[in-house]
Amino acid sequence: MSGERKLAGKLVLPGEPVDDEVQAEKPFVVEEGGVKRATVIGLVREGEGGKKSFVRLKGVYVPKPGDIVIGLISGVGVMNWFVDINSPYTAVLNVQDFLGRPYNPAYDDMSLLLRIGDYVKAKVVAFERTRNPLLTVQDKGLGRITGGVVVEISPTKVPRVIGRKRSMISMIEEKTGCKLFVAVNGRVHVECPNRDLEVVAVMAIKYIEREAHTSGLTERVMRLIEEEKSIREVR
Amino acid sequence: MVVKRPEGLVLVSPEGLRHDGRRPEDLRPVKMEVGVFKNADGSALVEYGKTRVVAAVYGPREPLQRFPLLPDKATLRVRYHMAPFSTEERKSPAPSRREVELSKVIREALEPIVLSEEYPRTVIDIFLEVLQADGGTRTAAVTAASLALADAGVPIRALVGGVAVGKVDGVLVVDIDETEDMYGEADMPVAAAPDIGLITLLQLNGVLSREEFNRALDMALTAITRIVELEKRTLRSGYVEAGGEE
Amino acid sequence: MSISPYKPPITPLIVKESYLNMLRKGVRPDNRDLKTPRLIEIKTGVVEKAEGSALVKLGDTQVMAGVKIDVGSPFKDTPDQGVLMVHAEFVPLASPLFEPGPPDENAIELARVVDRSLREVNAVDLQSLVIRRGEKVWTVWVDLYVLDHNGNLYDASMLAAMAALLDSRLPDYEELETGEIVVKKGVKGDPLKINTRVVTVTVAKIGDYLVVDPSLEEEAISDVRLVIAFDEKGRIVGMQKTGAGGLSFDEVDRAVEVAREASVVYFKALEESLGRAGG
Repeated sequence: MSGERKLAGKLVLPGEPVDDEVQAEKPFVVEEGGVKRATVIGLVREGEGGKKSFVRLKGVYVPKPGDIVIGLISGVGVMNWFVDINSPYTAVLNVQDFLGRPYNPAYDDMSLLLRIGDYVKAKVVAFERTRNPLLTVQDKGLGRITGGVVVEISPTKVPRVIGRKRSMISMIEEKTGCKLFVAVNGRVHVECPNRDLEVVAVMAIKYIEREAHTSGLTERVMRLIEEEKSIREVR
Repeated sequence: MVVKRPEGLVLVSPEGLRHDGRRPEDLRPVKMEVGVFKNADGSALVEYGKTRVVAAVYGPREPLQRFPLLPDKATLRVRYHMAPFSTEERKSPAPSRREVELSKVIREALEPIVLSEEYPRTVIDIFLEVLQADGGTRTAAVTAASLALADAGVPIRALVGGVAVGKVDGVLVVDIDETEDMYGEADMPVAAAPDIGLITLLQLNGVLSREEFNRALDMALTAITRIVELEKRTLRSGYVEAGGEE
Repeated sequence: MSISPYKPPITPLIVKESYLNMLRKGVRPDNRDLKTPRLIEIKTGVVEKAEGSALVKLGDTQVMAGVKIDVGSPFKDTPDQGVLMVHAEFVPLASPLFEPGPPDENAIELARVVDRSLREVNAVDLQSLVIRRGEKVWTVWVDLYVLDHNGNLYDASMLAAMAALLDSRLPDYEELETGEIVVKKGVKGDPLKINTRVVTVTVAKIGDYLVVDPSLEEEAISDVRLVIAFDEKGRIVGMQKTGAGGLSFDEVDRAVEVAREASVVYFKALEESLGRAGG
């Protein structure tokens, strides 16, 4: 299937110039002596209406307010948890926020609420790099994750797992019957009707991560899912 | 320092060829590979002839042990280290004064290109291990670090590459090996980012006239441009190999 | 492992601004132009028990160098040469930023740059240091002691090392019948043979400007320095880029040019110090 496997855009390397009209996020494209240059390996992709944008292929996740992330509880403070959000910056989740009411140590026991190793779905409230990012779970669908699996992928590959207008994610959900939530920090929550379908869905996600720089991906992922389903004799 | 040359060793032949048959401006066979380690965020292997260096980049990340972090930029930590078996005689694994200096010199060759201000209060670790030393280890290490940083997705202004220019028997030659370094008159390691015209490492051990120095620097920059082209080809090949560009 | 330095003293941004404004006019706060070193004072023979010594003041920077000469064995690959060793100590009394402990990367780098600049041009005639070929040679220890760090330790240390070496005399000795070499305590013999004098000139890049012999304040706002060593013939005998910045080809070229001009000032100061010591 290598014939159709092409790069999904023009490959640009650190130090190489990027055209002015290409939309790009700082610091992945910066101006250096009047010339815009890439600072990481990325692709210049053409979107709808010929709009070009720079997509990086490597690098870490840096939180932005409003991001929905999947965090791993990694430590306990006096009135808060420390949350690994797959980023150089450890996030903080306050107990009051988790409870949705004031915390009273006389009858609230933090260790009963969340344990080290628990996953939470949370929203980044504030972050400006001088302080640790602050999380909240006070919104619809947020809170402790109780079932399914969480797959880790490179945060830079998230857009491809989602696909244009959610095309990739919808296709996987439809073909596997699983429910997917893709967090921007590179963690995908997968909930499936059965174990076999879960394996297939995870396989598909990992395949997309590996092949994120190529075009014609949806087609190939679809075929992969069909093949794996027939091997496993699941529908 | 003058070390007695073994009898019969000719560094530059009457035809202008070097002891290994290279012309003055020739590099040794260069080999580059990225993504050689699974654990590291970015990694690379670089060979200049028999000189072999591996690089691993971790970060930007929180340091494993607490130490004073910079409030306005990432802290770079660079370790240049030679494996005990990398040299003719076993090298003690404890860091030597030479390794302490070279770790600093290499860190300062990378600081100008890493956009460290984007990741305050984090560390970017760059570990360099010389697996075999045959001259030019620090410059091969810079090249390996450049590839590993790109592989890790750490934002950098441009790729850097390194090469040592030497003077042997009065002739300026590019990419000197251990023999040429030992019996030559000068060794000038240089690292630069050709895309942005920035020299980031410059040392001279030896004696050069003003004119020779300018010529040597010129030769180094030409060679580095070639090395950075090879870096780009290596990075590109990982993506293009199976498919080809759109 | 080398770690990006964590510098507690902060240079106020407006200081850097006003400094750049001065440089634009071609002057510096201490009334120097961009290519003139600070006042140089060199005193030799400051430590009687050393075989040679010197105290150098470069502006407010003070570095002492002591030379000790011992009987030792030559290196295996150089049986017909003596041994030269350069060490530097940044003693804690010299700066609020220095802490006690073994030499850090800055001290090691400084010592090694001074060492190489002397070695590559054979400034100290190592061949003249052989007592018995392959067996006994003189080992020359140059110890650099930074006493007050007010910028540009390189040039001050190199001047101190050179002045101390020029001041050095080999110990007088006796060769016993057993072949043992016995040094006569307190009796000084021949002067150490010096083939050429060497100086380093440090050029700092601040903004787009190149300044010679940076002060501590100037070092704090520069991010790269080029240390260039010259012999008496004006040949380049060593070089080191130090600091976290980079330089263009043109900047390197200009730095070498201004450094060479300034090297004349250092050579003159060395010459004058010798005249005083002799007379």
